[in-house]
Amino acid sequence: MKRESLLNAALMAVLLAVPLVAWVSDEPFLITLATRAVIFAIAGVGLNFALGFGGMVSLGHAVFFGLGGYAMGILAYHAQTYTTLMDWPFALDGTKMMPIIWLVAIAVSSLAALAIGALSLRTTGVYFIMITLAFGQMFYYFAISWPAYGGEDGLSIYVRNEFPGLNTMDPIQYFMVCYVLLSLVLFGVYRAAHSSFGLVLRAARQNEDRVQAVGQAPYRLYLTAFAISGAITGLAGALFADLNRFVSPTMLSWQTSGEIMIFVILGGVGRVFGPVAGAALFILLEHTLGGLSEFWHIYLGAILLGVVLFARGGLYGLLAGREVAHD
Amino acid sequence: MSWILLVEQTLNGLQFGVMLFLMAAGLTLIFGVMGLINLAHGSLYMIGAFAAAAVAAATGSFLMALVASLAASAVAGVLIEATVIRRLYDRDHLDQVLATFALILIFSEGTRWAFGSFPLFLDKPEWLSGTVMLPFGIEYSLYRLVLIVVGLLVAAGLFWMIAKTRIGIRIRAGENDREMIGALGVDISLLYTLVFALGAGLAGLAGALIGAIQSVQVGMGEPVLILAFVVIVIGGIGSIKGALIGAILVGLTDTLGGVLLPRLFALFLEPSQATSAGSSLASMSIYILMAGVLLFRPKGLFGSA
Repeated sequence: MKRESLLNAALMAVLLAVPLVAWVSDEPFLITLATRAVIFAIAGVGLNFALGFGGMVSLGHAVFFGLGGYAMGILAYHAQTYTTLMDWPFALDGTKMMPIIWLVAIAVSSLAALAIGALSLRTTGVYFIMITLAFGQMFYYFAISWPAYGGEDGLSIYVRNEFPGLNTMDPIQYFMVCYVLLSLVLFGVYRAAHSSFGLVLRAARQNEDRVQAVGQAPYRLYLTAFAISGAITGLAGALFADLNRFVSPTMLSWQTSGEIMIFVILGGVGRVFGPVAGAALFILLEHTLGGLSEFWHIYLGAILLGVVLFARGGLYGLLAGREVAHD
Repeated sequence: MSWILLVEQTLNGLQFGVMLFLMAAGLTLIFGVMGLINLAHGSLYMIGAFAAAAVAAATGSFLMALVASLAASAVAGVLIEATVIRRLYDRDHLDQVLATFALILIFSEGTRWAFGSFPLFLDKPEWLSGTVMLPFGIEYSLYRLVLIVVGLLVAAGLFWMIAKTRIGIRIRAGENDREMIGALGVDISLLYTLVFALGAGLAGLAGALIGAIQSVQVGMGEPVLILAFVVIVIGGIGSIKGALIGAILVGLTDTLGGVLLPRLFALFLEPSQATSAGSSLASMSIYILMAGVLLFRPKGLFGSA
């Protein structure tokens, strides 16, 4: 446990130090890379809440990532074109204010997670995997065929959204916004994982019958965890779309779901900080291998295969030792 | 709308459905016998299509291309079964998903590296192009009609094999109790390899047959794979009969939804709105079908509870 805490602190320090050094030496590209890593980490932490703590293998988390992205895109699109979001039953304008956008992204994605979870959690195991994947595809095709917000081409935003008192177009300032949000999310997830809710959730993953016998309903536990998980990934989606000032159906595609899962696995399933390490490693691989070869996904696939077959704990399993065995 | 169009679209839906069945049958067999969820099944579909396109370009023979697609995908299936998949049988579903996702990355990028990013073209042979007159004056594409017949023949062959042959008995026994048939002296790892190769071959054949009416390109397998998952969820995992009925339901819903829904919306919306609302809803229709089935039968239509 001690080693894991040290590793957590070191990880967060490096993640902060790299962009700060890049800022001093004036290399904005590195800052953007670090921002991507931080945002991917938030998405991974979200999935890990369902996957690592609740044992729900969701292959559809791109839905929440994409919905967060579209929440940002649609609100900002109406603000920049001075059109109303809707006229009936009351007039509603778009907004460029980040905190409001985040809240909307969280609300929309947690509602979607509630709906998808309510249906998918009626089943378990391999059915659950296939169904979450299928619902992901449903949102993807809907986004492509719905022409109002760009359809297949996606939506571009001219200027990054605003945060009071900051210049968000400055890479380091936007990085700090994302970094603070990651820290808050990690703090919240750590607290939730160690709360009575988190304990019962992990207990339910191991033995549903016993949890039921002490008066807890596993279905409701899972559904709550799934909604929280979706909300966190939705927040990451809004930040990612803001980083690129662009949102498209690609964010909803099944490859995105797979990538979010890769962040979790590379880092270590079920560790609060695991996805942070995984996302940082993914960005590092993408950058170094991507420089070596146009076909870097072959190497990524080989590494992933190696991790699954021979190093199941991911980076955290290698560096911090095996998790204290619960199951 | 004329009823001729309706019949034509129903046939299109049936054609799509039987091709989905070729994918779904392999997936559901592999899950039923080995308990494995295989995301790389879409890659085997793609390998079949690329092998067919390459052989057709070299020899000019469509039949040779089909044989090549079967052989290439079955061989690829045996290779990945022996090197990777075999290690996954007693792992949990998460490991299976991740390892087979890794295989997708390797196969897709490998194919892009070998063949480039541009789509290849596989033409249907001259003796199968053109149209054919059906009763009541309906003109229909000969190739698509052949696809329906081939798909139904393969389905019948599969049902016969599983019900009547020795290997079929072993497959059914394997679904019920793996350890027991191992104890009875059946070479279980050979049986697993055979089942995997059979599923792979069917996927590759579907890839080649569909490749002749769509373009052959990297990433063509995964949308079909996910539709095959929907088919299996609807039909019930492990059930070949469920896969056939689920596939035809999905094929018909997808094809007819795309045609009928925009027209339905046109009854009470402006034309432009009706087209966009109708096509958006049509793109979601099979998933709504899946959600509906799940509400009433969480284990699918023919799943064992």
